[in-house]
Amino acid sequence: MSTSPVDLQHDPHGHGDDGHGHDDPHHQHHFTTMEQQFDTSKIGMWLFLATEVLLFGGLFVGFGMMQARFPEQFKEAHEHLQRPLGALNTVVLLISSWTMVMGVLSARTNQRKKLVIYLLITILCACIFLGVKYFEYSHKYEEGLLPGHYYSHHGDKIPTVNGANGYATFFSFYFMMTGLHGIHILVGIVLLAWIAVRGNRGEFNSSYYTPVDLVGLYWHLVDLIWIYLFPLYYLIS
Amino acid sequence: MSEHTQNPKAEAAVYLKTLIALLVLTAITVGASYIHFGSGAANVVVALTIATIKATLVALFFMHLLHDKPVNAIIAAAGFIFLGLFLMFTLLDFDTRDNLQPFNMHPQVTTPTPAPTAPEHR
Repeated sequence: MSTSPVDLQHDPHGHGDDGHGHDDPHHQHHFTTMEQQFDTSKIGMWLFLATEVLLFGGLFVGFGMMQARFPEQFKEAHEHLQRPLGALNTVVLLISSWTMVMGVLSARTNQRKKLVIYLLITILCACIFLGVKYFEYSHKYEEGLLPGHYYSHHGDKIPTVNGANGYATFFSFYFMMTGLHGIHILVGIVLLAWIAVRGNRGEFNSSYYTPVDLVGLYWHLVDLIWIYLFPLYYLIS
Repeated sequence: MSEHTQNPKAEAAVYLKTLIALLVLTAITVGASYIHFGSGAANVVVALTIATIKATLVALFFMHLLHDKPVNAIIAAAGFIFLGLFLMFTLLDFDTRDNLQPFNMHPQVTTPTPAPTAPEHR
């Protein structure tokens, strides 16, 4: 905290070379330098993100298989999703990713006020995203476009064969994948609020901003998953 | 930390350019979805290619992989490589099964295990 940011910028290797002689309260004793501590946290975060990729990946593969099995039904089911809303949510999430990265930059350059403002805009974008999602979900609910055997939509072109309903399968995947993504957005809002509060207290500076950076990585991954969800669900027909 | 030697203003400019590129690509992918590229598969390829470009931009600039320690990029790449393997072999299996057993192409004959139908409302 008391370390001058100017010193760090001009003398990146000047701190902690001997493992002593620095008074950053965030520095844990089992790390030689703050940089090593930061890099270690980051590797841990990336490992977690890799498991997230695989978690969603399984669902994407399942979706691909079912698309291959019920091509006609999937194509028709796509038509029930509203492209403008999907595109709106994509833009909202991309902007939130930008405000997030600007927040990380603000934390690293000791701009406390800017950090909090950027984080609040990010949270706002996340709430808009969930609001649009709520609107979409309630619309699907009203039309009976629900997963599995809750599917009760009428007027589909292709009849169900031996209980294998491609439409219901499509909406099972739709709700599972966008739902899991939505839960990630909710978790993201909680995390963003947490670092916004800490940032407002002035806990982050150029020598310690690990939580901001890691929450940023998480938030970008959530955005990255949506980048694939959007074309697969809304655009392909 | 110390690997960030760029000045903050230049960095902010890079982020802004990344955001603009992402928004432009979003507009392109939405526009492309209204065009028919010969076959359904071609549209899927176009949409997924644009999505992959967007994801790469996010990973390289917003997630700092371009200027970060290589180990993080290796971990990220490993996740996607294994996902690619999973997807490739699953779809290979899916395709070749139909080719080996043509009767599988007809859903009336196949569907050996119909999805368990829902019990009546309890």
